[in-house]
Amino acid sequence: MTSPAPIAEPHDAAPRPDPVVVPALAIEGVSHAYAPRRALMDVSFNVRPASFTALLGLNGAGKSTLFSLVTRLFGIQSGRIAIFGHDISKSPGEALRLLGVVFQPRTLDLDLSLTQNLLYHAALHGISRREAAARSAELLGRIGLEERAGSKVRDLSGGQMRRLEIARALLHRPRLLLLDEPTVGLDVKARADIISHVRQLVTEQGIGVLWATHLFDEINPADDLVVLHQGKVLAKGPMNRVIAEAGAQDVNTAFMRLTGAQVMPGGGA
Amino acid sequence: MSSITTRDAPRGFSVQEYLTCLTGIVWREGLRFLHQRERFVSALVRPLVWLFIFAAGFRQVLGISIIPPYETYILYEVYIAPGLMAMIQLFNGMQSSLSMVYDREMGNMRTLLVSPLPRGFLLFCKLLAGTAVSLLQVYAFLLIAWLWDITPPAPGYLTVLPALILSGLMLGSLGMLISSGIKQLENFAGVMNFVIFPMFFASSALYPLWRVQEGSPYLYYLCEANPFTHAVELIRFALYGQINWISLGVVASCTIVFMVGAILAYDPSRGLARRGPAGGEG
Repeated sequence: MTSPAPIAEPHDAAPRPDPVVVPALAIEGVSHAYAPRRALMDVSFNVRPASFTALLGLNGAGKSTLFSLVTRLFGIQSGRIAIFGHDISKSPGEALRLLGVVFQPRTLDLDLSLTQNLLYHAALHGISRREAAARSAELLGRIGLEERAGSKVRDLSGGQMRRLEIARALLHRPRLLLLDEPTVGLDVKARADIISHVRQLVTEQGIGVLWATHLFDEINPADDLVVLHQGKVLAKGPMNRVIAEAGAQDVNTAFMRLTGAQVMPGGGA
Repeated sequence: MSSITTRDAPRGFSVQEYLTCLTGIVWREGLRFLHQRERFVSALVRPLVWLFIFAAGFRQVLGISIIPPYETYILYEVYIAPGLMAMIQLFNGMQSSLSMVYDREMGNMRTLLVSPLPRGFLLFCKLLAGTAVSLLQVYAFLLIAWLWDITPPAPGYLTVLPALILSGLMLGSLGMLISSGIKQLENFAGVMNFVIFPMFFASSALYPLWRVQEGSPYLYYLCEANPFTHAVELIRFALYGQINWISLGVVASCTIVFMVGAILAYDPSRGLARRGPAGGEG
C-alpha cells in the first residue's frame, strides 16, 4: 500500500529482532485425513515475504485442503502452520489479520452491490465505516470497477468478480495473500489481467503470495515452486532448481517426471 | 530447527473493532433480508393465515377465561397473537440456521470465518443479526394485527422488545445447534416436522395450558417443559407490561445453554469434510 495506513505497519520499518527472515507462511509437517482417505501427508514448505510461490498440483492433490487448514476452516490434525510467526492455532486472530484469501468457489453476495460486499468484509475485520469506504473506493479504482460500485455483483462478468474478490482480500491490507485456482473458468484476457495484477502486488507492495494452480503457464522462472501430488510435497524451491533437479528442460516435463511414476491408473487429471 | 519465530507482539482487538464487526454483520443480514421479499411476505403470511382464518374459526369453539396477564375476557385472536409472534421467531430462527447451512455450502460462511475476530463472537453476531430480522417481521405482524383490532396497551409495544430479543436469541441458537448436525440442505424438511411443529403445537401458543391439563395431564407436562411455551408466555406477559419470572428464567437459561452448545458444536470442517473440501477437489 502506498498510503500511510495506521493498520499495517510498513514492512521494512519494523525493527527485526531476529536475523532469520520470518516466513510469510510456514507450513511444518502438516498431515490431514478425511476418515479413511489421507489428503495431506507431512507437508512442509515456506512462503517468503514479497515472493510469488506457486503451489502446483493436479485436481485432488490436496491444494484446497491445505487452504482450508491455513484459513482455519478445518482444525489442524497434526503439524504447525504460522503466518508471519503467528501460530494459527495459538493466536488465530493475529494470524488471520495478516492473511487475505481468495477461495476457489465464489464467495460474494450476488444481490449486494460491489461496495456493500467490500464494506461487509471490512466490518468483519473491524475497520471503521469511514476508513472502509475510502479503501473500497481506492481498490475499486485500481481494478477499474469504480463506475460499477453501486451495481449488483450478479451483473459482473466472471473475471470482474474475481478482481473484486482480490480487491476484497486486500481490503484489510494483509501481508500474505492466498489464491486457490483463481483463474479457473476465466477467458485468456481475464486470466492475464489477474496474474499481472497479483504479480504487481508482490513487487510493488511486498505481499507474499501463495498461488495454487494446475496450469503450468501461470508460473514464471523467478517463482518459488511447490509440487504437491496426492497429498505429498514432491519438490520445492526456486523453479529453475526444481526443473534442474528433475533433469528436465521445462516445468511441464519436470512435473511429469516428478509425478509420472506415481500417477495411479485412472488418477491424476 | 524451526524457522517459526514470533515477530510482532499480539495487539488484540479493541471494543470499537468488535462493535464495527457486529454492526457490519447485522447490516448485511438486514440487506439480504430486504432483497428477499418473498421471504418477508411468507414470514408474514404464515401467522396472518392463523390469525385471520384459524382464529376466526376457533373463536366460537374455545372460550378463554380471564387468566393473567389479561384482566378481561378476551377474544381468541387476542390470545393467540403472542403465540404467533413467537412462531414468527421460531420459523426465522430455523430459517437463519438453514441459511448457515446454505452459506456453508455456498462458501459465504468462509468469508465470515476468516475474520480474525474470535469465532464464538462471530457466531453470536450472526445470531443477533437473525434476531434483528425477526424483530422486523414481528413488528410488521403487530401492525397488521392492530388493524385487526388486536390492540395491546401502547407501552406494551416497547416492553415486549427485550422479551422478543431474548426469545429470538433462544430460538436462533436452537436453530444453529440443530443446523450443526444437519448434513444437507434437504434435511430441513425433517427439522420442520420434528422440531418446528411439535414445539409449536405442544405449547401455550394456541390454547391456554389449563385447558390442555383438563384433556391430558401428560401433554400438559410436555407443554410445561417446552422452552417454546416459555418464550410465548414471556412475550405474552411483556406485551401487557408484566414479567413472567419463571418464563424469563427458563428462556434465559435455555438461551445460554443452546448458544454455548451451538458455538461449541459449530465446526465448519464437519459440514465440509463429509463431502470432501468444498471447491471441487475429490
